[in-house]
Amino acid sequence: MATAGSETNLEIKPPLWLLAELTYRCPLQCPYCSNPVEIAKYKDELSTADWVRVMQQARKMGAAQLGFSGGEPLVRPDLEELIQEARNLGFYTNLITSSVGMDEARIKRFKEAGLDHIQISFQASNEELNNYLGGSKSFQHKKDMARIVKEYEYPMVLNIVIHRKNIDQIRDILDMTVELNADYVELASTQYYGWSRINVDQLLPTREQLANAEKVALEYQQRLKGKSKIIYVVPDYFETRPKACMNGWGSIFLTIAPDGTALPCHEAGQLPIEFPNVRDHGIDWIWNESGGFNHFRGFDWMKEPCRSCPEKYKDFGGCRCQAFMMTGDAANADPVCDKSPYHQDLVDDVNRIEKMAKSEKPDEQPIIFRNMRNSKDIMKKETAEA
Amino acid sequence: MNETTIDRNAIPEVAPTFRFQWEEAQDCYVILYPEGMVKLSNSAGEIMKRIDGQTSINTLISNLQETFPETSVEGDVLDFMEVAYGNGWIRNKS
Repeated sequence: MATAGSETNLEIKPPLWLLAELTYRCPLQCPYCSNPVEIAKYKDELSTADWVRVMQQARKMGAAQLGFSGGEPLVRPDLEELIQEARNLGFYTNLITSSVGMDEARIKRFKEAGLDHIQISFQASNEELNNYLGGSKSFQHKKDMARIVKEYEYPMVLNIVIHRKNIDQIRDILDMTVELNADYVELASTQYYGWSRINVDQLLPTREQLANAEKVALEYQQRLKGKSKIIYVVPDYFETRPKACMNGWGSIFLTIAPDGTALPCHEAGQLPIEFPNVRDHGIDWIWNESGGFNHFRGFDWMKEPCRSCPEKYKDFGGCRCQAFMMTGDAANADPVCDKSPYHQDLVDDVNRIEKMAKSEKPDEQPIIFRNMRNSKDIMKKETAEA
Repeated sequence: MNETTIDRNAIPEVAPTFRFQWEEAQDCYVILYPEGMVKLSNSAGEIMKRIDGQTSINTLISNLQETFPETSVEGDVLDFMEVAYGNGWIRNKS
């Protein structure tokens, strides 16, 4: 029922954040990748001219932050050109990278093109685990690149995705970020979407591990105050209230996948919703008019327990993708919320994984690394099962 | 209260790890940094745009006072400087 008032006539604000997933190609194979399992499907990447048009249109609407991401954005030979164009348009430009494919000459060219910030990911604080998780000998290279990034006076974010295999080394990881002079450190708990979801049994930390990591992170946050900002977010599987995912559907974030699909978040492609493509439509129409971007805007789409919940203005019912993955209906409450009738299923699953993690054979199931061959195999299997 | 902490002869500049610019869509000046943005109030924007790595805080105060003769700007400037130094948006030119 359409009631008069603010709930049905929500003003659509322009996007602030444009995430440009330039490619899903990547020299690393991290099993916790947030990219979709179907990465091998995305062969038809947008051209340089497509990206320039998207950036112009999004900037005109008011987007100020631009992330070049992937896959590995360094794979694109037109990256320098895109940075230059983005900077000319007035974007604050963020390069989100593994640093594999970078050297000093390229860092210098990025600076000249006007790149504002470089974020480098590390898999771990020691060579062996880093290279194992990434599936490549990248550890020393990453450290070299981090030093050069600082020499060129970029603000540097070091991002370490945290999970059961590296969480116990959190102190070493933080020491490494101090040694490398990071301005910001993101201890990003693995979120179980896309590729990482298929490895959740091997990656989800135990409650003890989490409690210890939180304690250490807090200690470093206090110690490094004013020097380096440490951001640590615990995985929401252990919470009883959901995150305000993307600050609300279609409210701030605009992601463009390598094939031009426009999404309200980089995981939304898995939802049974039709999303527009920048090859067919302008960003203005996509953001304001398209069915995909209006699907979960506002509050009218909500079911109980969200519909009558006073906290809906704060968390927007949580994450649509999580609701879809765990309940089969993206309009349900995020099962992280203990008001959701599916919350107990999530708790049971976390308990099951914890029990396995503490068993004598925690790694009976092998980790599935993120690469094109595995992607093809999984897609083949899915087709066969369907 | 601020007199003790802010050196008025210092010449501040925008730190290389931050960017200051006008945002048409927001209708205000903003500070941009990795994956974030702070919107500035009108007065903060007026102060910030005079921080150019050549002007001392003292001179900045008198310039601003000339532009806005009706209000006393000194307290606002010193308060803002404290916030701006504290957040690392500006640093003293060495």
